[in-house]
Amino acid sequence: MWLNIVWFALFVIIIAGYLIMDGFDLGVGILHPFLARNDEERRVFLNSIGPVWDGNEVWLVLGGGALFAAFPLVYASLFSGLYIAMMLVLLVLILRTVAIEFRSKRPSPAWRSFWDWIFFASSLGIALLLGVAFGNILDGLPIAADGHIRANLFDLLTPSALLVGVTTIFMLATHGAIYLSMKASGALLDRVKRWVPRLMIIFFIFNTLLVGVTALLHEAVSDRYWQQPWLVILPGAALLSVIVAWLMVRREQYFAAFLFSSTMIAGLLISAAVGLYPNLLVSTLNPSYNLTIFNAASQPNTLTVMLIMALIGMPFVLLYTAGVYYIFRGRVQIGPSSY
Amino acid sequence: MDQLFLSRVQFALTASFHFIYPPLSMGLGLLLVIIGINYLRTRDPKWRQLSFFWVKVYGLVFAVGVATGVVQEFEFGTNWPEYSRFVGNIFGSLLAAEGVFAFFLEGGFLGLMLFGGNRLGPRMWLLAIFMVAFGAHFSALWILMANSWMQTPAGYVVTQTPMGTQAFMTDFWQTVFTPSFVPRLWHTWVASWMTGAALMLSVGAWFLLRVKQHAELGKATIRVALPVFVIFSILQVPLFGARQAENVTQHQPVKLAAMEGIWEDTTCAPMTVVGWIDEANQRTYGIKIPCLLSFLAYGDINATVKGLNSFPPDTWPPLQITFQSYHLMINLGMVFIGIGLLAAFFFFWGRRLWRNTPVLWILVLTIFLAEAATMVGWWTAEFGRQPWIVWELLRTVDAGSPVLLGYQVLISNGMFILLYAILFVLFIFLLNEKIQHGPEPLASMEERPVNALPDTFREIFRRQARA
Repeated sequence: MWLNIVWFALFVIIIAGYLIMDGFDLGVGILHPFLARNDEERRVFLNSIGPVWDGNEVWLVLGGGALFAAFPLVYASLFSGLYIAMMLVLLVLILRTVAIEFRSKRPSPAWRSFWDWIFFASSLGIALLLGVAFGNILDGLPIAADGHIRANLFDLLTPSALLVGVTTIFMLATHGAIYLSMKASGALLDRVKRWVPRLMIIFFIFNTLLVGVTALLHEAVSDRYWQQPWLVILPGAALLSVIVAWLMVRREQYFAAFLFSSTMIAGLLISAAVGLYPNLLVSTLNPSYNLTIFNAASQPNTLTVMLIMALIGMPFVLLYTAGVYYIFRGRVQIGPSSY
Repeated sequence: MDQLFLSRVQFALTASFHFIYPPLSMGLGLLLVIIGINYLRTRDPKWRQLSFFWVKVYGLVFAVGVATGVVQEFEFGTNWPEYSRFVGNIFGSLLAAEGVFAFFLEGGFLGLMLFGGNRLGPRMWLLAIFMVAFGAHFSALWILMANSWMQTPAGYVVTQTPMGTQAFMTDFWQTVFTPSFVPRLWHTWVASWMTGAALMLSVGAWFLLRVKQHAELGKATIRVALPVFVIFSILQVPLFGARQAENVTQHQPVKLAAMEGIWEDTTCAPMTVVGWIDEANQRTYGIKIPCLLSFLAYGDINATVKGLNSFPPDTWPPLQITFQSYHLMINLGMVFIGIGLLAAFFFFWGRRLWRNTPVLWILVLTIFLAEAATMVGWWTAEFGRQPWIVWELLRTVDAGSPVLLGYQVLISNGMFILLYAILFVLFIFLLNEKIQHGPEPLASMEERPVNALPDTFREIFRRQARA
């Protein structure tokens, strides 16, 4: 019982880890056609995430594995039910990986600008698709009695899901811009700095709209807050984070701003997750078909073994992630090994 | 079209394409560690130059490996939801463990490996390279654990639940150390080291043949790769491969019967060198070595090997492809012993290898043979597992999705075929360009003198790591 709750919490933490860590490098990808004006600047963008993006993406892989192991019925239903959408996610994930790796391998401008566009489009695509997928989870999905979802791609493109998708894009773009403020230099840095507040404002508007829509339309999420109003401290913490991040941006303390941008992302995700609890997937057909952290979970045996593995593994992960970021701290300089 | 059939095609295609790269990641990883140790021992700049070169090649291999590997993890959910439900408790946790223990190791240290050459001292750089190589081997360990559970499941109980039949874990250590795990792991690791060594031999020979200004680096590359290739090719077939085959005999006898095309229970069963299965007449034609199979499988030439007809036909794997894949693998394994010994002979005979054009050309081709051998080896294991997705517990036909439609899987198949074809062409193109260009002059790679780079943990975390 408590194991299921622990695994729900861990899963949310892993997804938050993904959104924070890979989030900024997706944001860098989304911003680069707008902010980087020449090859040198594009390489600064690419190399700001160069040594870390691959490790960041592991959070997504870990999320997939954790879902498979802890809540296999959700893993099975969600990914097969959203088949074409998932295939698009895989497509953009592949394209993004190879775009980053291939881009600077040849000097030809046509080659480089081709991969630059792929890098942009795939970064944007991942943010949009994951946002829309999450929007659908908030909307609820047509889960049948057998636990399977029968929906086609166009059923998924509801206005409220698209709103989540667009909000995600601006959230990650903002996060990426704050990160770049620590990494870029010269004229590029000035440009990035001008964009950070603008992006924050746009994100704030979309996010406010999203919170309003969720409160009004998504009873599955908002009911929890009507029943236990003290839980509003969670979205409250997210709001406070965004305010502090704004102040830190104003003071040009970008590392602090980045930390608060990260807690904001985590706060928003946790707020939504708490609203969904104990459901993982809400059925629009019949509430008794909901997949919850109890009826969709693995046995206590598996959950215990996995918890032990997580407790052994995660400290190492945090240790060497911190080490790598420390070694590559400071502003980007292009060298002979760079992308 | 039938979505289940298309899903099978898609999985075979994406897994096979993915499997081109991981053996190289492991093999090149091991050899890069050896090259790094050589540099530390001798401080000869050629080893450092080779490290920079092969790390770049590694980056390319790794990128395509990762890109195609992510697909595999999610495909269990997208195309095989009934399988995912059935095995999630066990198989899912092994995949998750791979993520937390191995992928983070690889992903975290890859940046240091690719970009650390002129930022870290040689010892710390080697440590980063070692961690990536270790991560690659560790990742193989978990995924082979998961695969071995599908081949020889253990430590589980099958239970009916409201959400269908599920396998629950009863004993973690049994699910991890299933009977086929250890032989499979060694067989795959050794094959990977051979594949990595084959790529180095191939490129080294190419430098000697065609890129004369890098001839010396080509020789150094061959000096590192050749011993690895010779030793492991000699051990692979008679030791690691034989243990794997013994294991199949014990735990998957019908697979062995298909691999060798044995129809009836046979004492003193022969081993076919090359042959053809005539399914209609239930005969296997070919060149056969008498009694060898009985000897290899049981250590006794008079032992009885069970034939296909001792098993219900609906538990037979597809015969021809299992048989041919297996024999191609074995024969290539023998060819590798020959190539290795030939090259070693000319090497020790007054270094005539450096001038022997025909042998160098054979070495150039070795990588293609090595990739082919690992591929058909994997096919033997996986086609031979059919019709089961989990051996004698769940049939592949029952493991698919009840909601997928044919056209959806047709679209995704088209997408993967197109995408992977483009990826493969680009990979070969970029790899070729890198090889033709050869290692960069060391001077252009060094931003600072090697001695000035931080080379202990204390230096990294005390001094500014960047100039």
